Amino acid sequence: MSEILVDVKNLSKEYKRGGETLVVLKDLNLEIPKEDFLALMGPSGSGKSTLLNLIGGLDTPSSGSVSINGERIDQMNSKQLSNWRASNVGFIFQFYNLLPVLTAQKNIELPLLLTNLSSSQRKQHVETALNIVGLSDRSGHKPSELSGGQQQRVAIARALVSDPDILVCDEPTGDLDRDTATEILNLLKSLNQDHGKTILMVTHDPAAADSAKRSLHLDKGKLAS
Amino acid sequence: MKYWIIIVAALNRKRWRTGLTISSLVVAFLLFGLLRSVAVVFTEDIDLSGDDRLVVASKYSIIDSMPISYLQRIKGIEGVDIVAHQDWFGGTYIDRANFFPKWPVPPKEFLDIYEEYKISPQDEEAFINTRNGMIAGKRLVEKFNWKVGDRIPIIGDIYFLKDGTNLWEFDLVGIFNDLENPANEEQVFLNYKYFDEARDMANGTVGNFIVKLDDKEEGPRIAQEIDTMFANSMDETKTYTEKAYAQMFASQIGDIGLIMNSILAAVFFTILLVTGNTMSQSIRERTSELAVFKTIGFSDITVMLLVFIESLVICLIGAFLGLGITAILMPGLSEMVSLSLGQVALDSSIIISGIGIAVITAFISGFPPALGAMRLKVVDAFRKN
Repeated sequence: MSEILVDVKNLSKEYKRGGETLVVLKDLNLEIPKEDFLALMGPSGSGKSTLLNLIGGLDTPSSGSVSINGERIDQMNSKQLSNWRASNVGFIFQFYNLLPVLTAQKNIELPLLLTNLSSSQRKQHVETALNIVGLSDRSGHKPSELSGGQQQRVAIARALVSDPDILVCDEPTGDLDRDTATEILNLLKSLNQDHGKTILMVTHDPAAADSAKRSLHLDKGKLAS
Repeated sequence: MKYWIIIVAALNRKRWRTGLTISSLVVAFLLFGLLRSVAVVFTEDIDLSGDDRLVVASKYSIIDSMPISYLQRIKGIEGVDIVAHQDWFGGTYIDRANFFPKWPVPPKEFLDIYEEYKISPQDEEAFINTRNGMIAGKRLVEKFNWKVGDRIPIIGDIYFLKDGTNLWEFDLVGIFNDLENPANEEQVFLNYKYFDEARDMANGTVGNFIVKLDDKEEGPRIAQEIDTMFANSMDETKTYTEKAYAQMFASQIGDIGLIMNSILAAVFFTILLVTGNTMSQSIRERTSELAVFKTIGFSDITVMLLVFIESLVICLIGAFLGLGITAILMPGLSEMVSLSLGQVALDSSIIISGIGIAVITAFISGFPPALGAMRLKVVDAFRKN
């Protein structure tokens, strides 16, 4: 049995809307081993993205615990969570969220600005990430000069560049055509198999889920097998 | 410095908007530089011992005159070198639009005191010896195409001739120039003797005395001595340095410092609203980008500082360009509006206060969006998008 990277225990998340309490996740338990590639599926409003945000340290639970690599991130304050995210997790979004006025290289470099790496070291890391996603020849291009698939590759390179343990992907192929989506999924598989990255992916697409090692279904805030 | 690419990226995102915002700041700081430079001349403190020329005026009003007999008594004070006097003639040359100051003065004493007015010995001699003589500044001569020998008609509005008419005629006998302060070339000097004999009123009086000192450090003592000498007389005096007198003269139009500062306050209040609105709009449009920064590990404080620095950079660029253009325009402005108060100049205190205002503007206009950026919750930002 592989070592557990993500350990979620009795996790609940509620939101207050006016006078009403909306329960999004209820007493959820989940273990994700290292080097796993897990697809989270489920209908809209089932709590997939909320769970992803909690595991990625973007949100804090109402109750329960989230441990990543043995660290209780649910007990961290805002600043500690920022520091933790900078070095432990990479995010990939459906709409890429690249800065339009920066080149691919500068977009990828952004997370490294938070480190103590020198300019030449940052450049070296960016080149490595660009190599992995197969975009070395497009480093000087701005997002508007790249296709959707290429933009998502840049976003993946940005998520990878600080060498995090876990990649958190929210509908990474949701905005792409089938062929490009397959390319991106193959890239994620390669990152999982060849580079040992643990990947947690939220998707509505069964074909995308098939690329993962395993899938879990979430419904009304609870995991279904 | 490594965050510089983020600031540059933010400024480049909408270049037109950034350019227009900076342009409005440039105009504001240009106005600031120009108006403050003029206001400083009107409002700065004046030291009595800083000038080797004193002006003796009536204690109660600058339009009150004093007996010319005071001249000899002032001359007798120890430390006084030369005493001259001058009057405000008023009058119109052909049309009211042709305004320029006209001063009846005692030619020799006056030119001995104002050594900066350069005039040929022949012209000076002619001025001294011509009863209705007039000398004019070079600029004025060029402006009206005058030449030595011309008879210049002036219609009197304060002073009439003894026969009840008001058409004065002066012979232009010389031309002077003032290389250091060419604005002084836009005035004429008339022979006092003729003026006093010919006028229908106030004969034997003068508007004010100009006293040249042997030693400028003696100014405070001599000023006090003159005013004490004429205390409790019918025509009490108040003695100023030349610069203080000009400042007091200018203040007759109102509190120039207050007027200019009020204009500047209105300008900067408007600029504050413009910059604040631009910054807020810019940040609203970049909510998802700010959320990305936070997602990849930028702390709330760092994101807030990035917004503040962006605001600061915009304001400082505006300030430096505005004050830079002021510095370029200043020699021309100084020549155009230079006053007897002193040279109009962009001094370091104006530059420093301009930069201070830029920092304050950046802080106030950047505060609401910076606070919003700091409080932005990543989850909410992505949900809205």
